[in-house]
Formats: sequence, structure tokens, C-alpha cells
Amino acid sequence: MFATAGLHFNTSFFWNSLVHPSTAFLQGLETTVYLAVIAQSLATIIGLLLALARRSKIAPLRAFVWVYTWIFRGTPLLIQLVIVYDGLAAAGIYTFNNISIGSFVIPSVVQAAVVTFTLNEAAYMGEIIRAALNAVDPGQFEAAMSTGMSPGQAMRLVVVPQAVRFVVPPLGNDFNAMMKNTSLASVIGVSEMFLVTQEINSSTFNTFEIYAVAAIYYLALTTVWGFIQSAIERRIDRRWGIVRPRRPWSSWVASWGRRRVATAGSPVEARGSSGTILERNVLDVVVRPGPRQQRGLLWGPRDE
Amino acid sequence: MAPRGARGKAAVLDAAAPSLDAADSPSPDAMVEASDVHKRFGPLEVLKGVSLTVGRGEVVVLIGASGSGKTTFLRCINHFERIDRGQIVVNGRLIGYRTDGRGRLVEERAKTIARQRAEIGFVFQHFNLYPNKSALQNVTLGPRKVRKMPREQADELGRRLLRRVGLESKVDVHPAQLSGGQKQRVAIARALAMQPKLILFDEPTSALDPEMIGEVLAVMRDLAKEGMTMVVVSHEMGFAREVADRVVMMDDGAIVEEGPPAQLFDHPTHERTRSFLAKLL
Repeated sequence: MFATAGLHFNTSFFWNSLVHPSTAFLQGLETTVYLAVIAQSLATIIGLLLALARRSKIAPLRAFVWVYTWIFRGTPLLIQLVIVYDGLAAAGIYTFNNISIGSFVIPSVVQAAVVTFTLNEAAYMGEIIRAALNAVDPGQFEAAMSTGMSPGQAMRLVVVPQAVRFVVPPLGNDFNAMMKNTSLASVIGVSEMFLVTQEINSSTFNTFEIYAVAAIYYLALTTVWGFIQSAIERRIDRRWGIVRPRRPWSSWVASWGRRRVATAGSPVEARGSSGTILERNVLDVVVRPGPRQQRGLLWGPRDE
Repeated sequence: MAPRGARGKAAVLDAAAPSLDAADSPSPDAMVEASDVHKRFGPLEVLKGVSLTVGRGEVVVLIGASGSGKTTFLRCINHFERIDRGQIVVNGRLIGYRTDGRGRLVEERAKTIARQRAEIGFVFQHFNLYPNKSALQNVTLGPRKVRKMPREQADELGRRLLRRVGLESKVDVHPAQLSGGQKQRVAIARALAMQPKLILFDEPTSALDPEMIGEVLAVMRDLAKEGMTMVVVSHEMGFAREVADRVVMMDDGAIVEEGPPAQLFDHPTHERTRSFLAKLL
């Protein structure tokens, strides 16, 4: 019987904030997205340079990257933000000022946030890209060299494009984290989604409702990104001539109709539709280990 | 093949004091002239003074047990491996090194080495096709980026070469959808696209299912007939017997015996050759 005792949930406020968010909230959302997109993009470029520098013959360059990565991965993002915006100004090293481009103004805090998120994420991207470059078979570099490419051409034309495939999944993971971490920029006063939410809270005191709305918007952002990411991965796979199984939910949706008619039977059923793929005989086989149909191909040398 | 014995004994010919004339006036009939090549990986001495001359249009098959240094030697010919002593001249030019003002051998600049490699095809045991590119793109990337050939011209060349290795229907197919034999044939087309003077084959059929070996050897046989200079590391004794002009037996980092296939296979003079061949049969 706690329902009447202390539960306050302003349903109409919640729905209103969710379905008709205020202009301020939407601007906060916009800031969150462009902060994350710009910082991630710049960090990816710098990360590539860091990863290549890490492979350089020049020892001081490698050492610099090592130290850079050590510092930016080893200290809290929140402290980095405060140091870049407040610390540098207080020490008289650098003060961020608003920049106007025509009528468009980039606030100083946004500049500081972009710089910090970029520098921080670049350290992670550097490691991701380094691992991806290492994951490309060394034989690829040699094959490129065997056709007369210079080491630079072999990297640029053969190794780096292949590393992209290994970069995308961890990059997607990082970008997911980046979108949520932009909320830290609220401490230096960037009007992103979290700061706007705080402001709405302090004027309405519907604490649970408005933070729940913010959480749902963050979830929506990361969910949309999840779809974009898998579309990118699929596209890259296609370029490699790899056909991946469809996403779990799409095969589930597709099999929904068939599921009911699938009856117990022999676990492997050979259908009549044999054919040839790549000049080899192929049997179209349907395997039924459980309620869900799985289709596979058996192939081997001819006449087997 | 006189140089082999002569230079093998003249072991003073090392990186510190090479003879200039060896690099600049090679015998005109030779495509590859390796003399006294030494190579070590850390404490392990892999090549202990290998000297071999390959004539233009000649097909030489290197045989020997694994660990005998034949693949390492092959990789030295296009400077995939640095050598510690000796020198290799391909088509009249020192590979990977130049002589500095004081007559010492120093490694060439990467760009120069790349230009030299463009003349030397290499076919790998594991194909090493670019998995993110179609068969045609695999073949045309080199001509387009290294020779700066326009796309249409490169595509035409690529199609022609894929037809030549019997894969005209696979032009737009990716390596993942090709069988091992087809991959290796694309790899040969890729090597041919650079119009090399010489092709090196590193165990080109060792990673293939038995039924696919034939199709790759058939392409190589055609190449040999057309007069391509080839150095092949292989365990395919049938191929060696049929196609090779000369078979070279390596053991423990050195050449122990060489000769025409009929002689080497039927009347091996060296004990190591005999026991190696006996194990294969």
C-alpha cells in the first residue's frame, strides 16, 4: 500500500516532456549530438595519426604517443575538461573566447568541450586503430609491396582500408560512450542535454520525470547509432564479399509466420533445390534443431 | 654455371668489400645472379652462402626440406629480406643495395626498391589477395597506382589477364567467394599485370586442396612455355620434372646439388638429395 503513501509521478508532465520537449531541451539535444559527432570525427583522424606515429621509425615520436596515451587514458575526462577550460585560463596559458562566424557564435565552453573530448577520445582511437592495423595480415603489406608499391602506398591503399573493418565495431562502442559522456560538459557550463535537464528540474522539481525523459532521449540516440553502426558494418562486409546473417530481430520477424507451421520432423531435410555455386554442386538444406528454422548449404566437391 | 663455385669459394666478397664490376657488368643472359648470399635471423644462420644464376626464360625449381632456406632465398631475390653478405643482381641491377662512394653496400631508398620490385612478380603460398577488392581490382591496383595506368586501360588489361588464367567469369567476385585454386590464379594474374621480367613463386600450391593444384600448375606451365623466367619453390615434383629447366636442391642453407630434372631426380649424386627424394616417394 505504498502507492498512495509517497509515490509522486507526474504522468502528464512526463508525457509532455517526452513528446513535446521544450525548445531549450531540443537545443540541448542538438548540442549533445554535434559535440559528440565533431569530437569523434576529429578524434578518429588524430587517432589514425597517433597509430601511424606509433609505428614510426622515429623513437621520440613513438615515445610522445605513448606518453600522450598514458596521460589521456589515465586521468578522468571530467578533470581534463576542467583543466582545459578553467585550469589553462587560471594559469594564464590559454583562455577560450567565443568565436563569431557571421551571426553564428561558437561559445568558449563548447570549444573547450570539443577540444577536450577530441584529445581524450584520440588516445583511445589511437589504440583502436593501432590494434586494427596490427590485425591486418602482414601478407597484405607484402603483396602490395610485391607489385611495386612504396611502403607508404601499401599502407594507404591496402592496409588502412582493410583496418577500417576492424575499427568500426570498437569505434561504434566509443561513440556510444561519447554521446553519454558529453553530459560531463555540463560542469563547465555547456548547454547540452544534461544541463538543460538540470535546469528544467530546478524550475519544476519533477526530478524523476525529467531525468527519465533525458535517459530515454540518450537511449534513443545510442539506439539510432546502433542501427547506423550495423548498417556501416554490413556495408563493409559486402565490400569484402561477406554475407552476414541478418540481425537477430529481423530473422525473428521474418520467421514469425513460418514458425507456427514448422513441425517436428527429421532434423535435416534436403530440399530438391540443389544447384551450383562457384561451379560446385550445392544442396539447399533446411536444418530444424528447434522451433526456429535454420537454413544451411552443404557443399563440397562434385558428385558427393 | 661457373660463377657459383668460383664465388662460393671467394667468401671474402662481403658487404664491406664488394666488387663493383659484379653489379655493373653482369652476364647479359642472366636474369638473376645471386652470389654468396648469407642471411641470419638472430642466432639462426638461414643462408650460408648461396650462389645461383638463373638465365632469361629459364624455369628453376627450388626443392628441399622445410627449414632448408629455399623460401628465405626466394624472398631475398626481391628484397623482402635483407641479406647480411653477398649480393643479388636481377636483370643487371643490384637488388636492394647500392654501392656508396667508398665501395660499400648500403640499402637502397624504399622508393628505389619499390621500383625494382615492380619488375619482379611474387606469388605467395597463401595468395594474399586483397579481401576487400574484387578479382579485377586485385589485378588492376598495381598498374593503376604504381604505373599510373588509366582505369579503363587497367581494367582492359585486368580482364585480359583474368581470361588468360581462365577466370573471366569471376571478374567482379571477391576473394571470399573464390576457391583456393581460383584465388591463386587471380594472384598470378595480379603478378602478371605488372609485366614482370621474372616471377617468384613461393610454394604456390602448398595451401591448396589436391583437386585444385592442377589448375594452378596448368597456368604456370603456360607461363613457362611463353618464356617467362620463373623461380619456383615447390614440392610438386611432377611439375618440376615436366616444366623445370633446372632443379636446385637446398639443404641447411646451402645448395647441395643442381641440374636438369631428369638428372637430379633419376641420378642424384648427393646423399641428402637421395634421402630427400626417397622420403617423397
